[in-house]
Amino acid sequence: MAGTALRRRLIWQVAKVSAVTTETASVRTLTLDVPDWPGHQAGQHLDIRLTDEDGYVAERSYSIASAPGEPVAITVERLEDGEVSPYLTDELRAGDDLELRGPIGGYFTWEPEDGGPLLLLAGGSGVVPLRSILRHRERTGSTVPVRLLYSSRTLDDVIYRAELEQPARGVEVIHTLTRHQPPGWTGYARRADMALLAEVAWPAADMPLAYVCGPTSFVETVSQALVQSGYPPERVKTERFGATGGT
Amino acid sequence: MSPVSRGFHRRRQDPAQTAGRVPPGQYVTKDFPVLSAGPTPHTALDGWSFSVGRGGQQKTWSWAEFRALPSEDITVDIHCVTKWSKLDTVWQGVSVDTLLDLAGHDGPFAMAHCDGGYTTNVPVADLTGGQAWVAYAYGGQPLEPEHGGPARLLVPHLYFWKSAKWVRSLELRDTNDPGFWENYGYHIYGDPWREQRYAGD
Amino acid sequence: MEAVDGNAIGGLLHEVFGTEMTGAPSVCGNCGDARPVGELLVYLRAPGTVVRCPTCDNLLMVFVTVHDRMCIDLQGLAVLG
Repeated sequence: MAGTALRRRLIWQVAKVSAVTTETASVRTLTLDVPDWPGHQAGQHLDIRLTDEDGYVAERSYSIASAPGEPVAITVERLEDGEVSPYLTDELRAGDDLELRGPIGGYFTWEPEDGGPLLLLAGGSGVVPLRSILRHRERTGSTVPVRLLYSSRTLDDVIYRAELEQPARGVEVIHTLTRHQPPGWTGYARRADMALLAEVAWPAADMPLAYVCGPTSFVETVSQALVQSGYPPERVKTERFGATGGT
Repeated sequence: MSPVSRGFHRRRQDPAQTAGRVPPGQYVTKDFPVLSAGPTPHTALDGWSFSVGRGGQQKTWSWAEFRALPSEDITVDIHCVTKWSKLDTVWQGVSVDTLLDLAGHDGPFAMAHCDGGYTTNVPVADLTGGQAWVAYAYGGQPLEPEHGGPARLLVPHLYFWKSAKWVRSLELRDTNDPGFWENYGYHIYGDPWREQRYAGD
Repeated sequence: MEAVDGNAIGGLLHEVFGTEMTGAPSVCGNCGDARPVGELLVYLRAPGTVVRCPTCDNLLMVFVTVHDRMCIDLQGLAVLG
């Protein structure tokens, strides 16, 4: 099934925005009604294309936030001085059209048969594809143990906060807040470094599977630390979002 | 054409402020986008040199020697082939006229070679007569690595891919051989006022 | 400008090769580094899209769209797919 989906033609099509949900002050989830959606895998993304009246075109990629089987949704962070993200977070409304193509990707995906234990490492909006993986795991009844390390600037920047406060059985969520912590905070309060990862990561001997997603600098630091601690490089999957305001 | 996205528009500019200064197809930006085809080189000044010449006959300056050359303050508009233009950018640099005079060479063509392997070609006639510099400062500060520091070529009358970052030499040649982007179909000359973005334009 | 990785050009590669490519194996023609395309470094904000080896920065792929045509250079790869 997944194999056939990978070999189909990738075409641009027009979807309708069915809902816009506020996640944080600068983050929105757009739920989409896509007429010819072939289904997707957890971890995949789609490409968006915007066209203005003069024919100017802007394209961007966004990870799919929903699990296979759920309505297609993307989560977008408004970037200061961004050309596309402010349009998606502030202007777009339910009923608007949005041109997209997808799903895209086959490297940064997870299926229950891929096993675990799973180590998910999110830097800022890098949590989006990892949340799709978590939801897919729950919907399929997988019992693979999961630890999610989620790095954010402040508690107010945590996306899917309520959902992550009630994780599914077998899922452990560990936050680190790098810029500001609420009074009484007893959790991690710094950027992910080797020492922090040593406390949080599954031991390499457990043959874990790691997915690292977020700003490029976060992904480089974390993936290198995991490999240095004994994770085989082929068991550390990475997706770089470029330099964003994530962490 | 794809369906128009309701309410989407590219960054707007004030036409009154920019009349006559913006080549066709460009929009004015206030920020300074960083575009690169590779990682930012970080070259230590004590290892830096700049050369002009051909074959075995090169004139080379160390950083200290280069900074001792007469330099100028330059205020120019710059135009990137990816459609952004930035007006009134302020630089400090050594005129290529000065460098060519001291090297005792002339054209007809030059290939700029840069740390990281980037190249671009420019006719010597477009590098002389006060049209080009090797710039080491931007906005009153030493040029940052992400914008081409320690020094970059500055040829503002052509599209900005010709203003090669991390420049280390101007190799003089008899033929107008294409550089990195020119090889892939970008225009061999690159005049923004004639919108010469691609070969054949 | 920070690089992204091969995941970011999944759509472009699918368009060019007719199939999903981010999981395809690649080998650098310069240093022999072998890894899936999703792990190659990609520079997007340039006059073209440039793909480099994460180990030695060798130029692996270049995609340039000139009017309605795309120029594709894969010379830097020893193996793709």
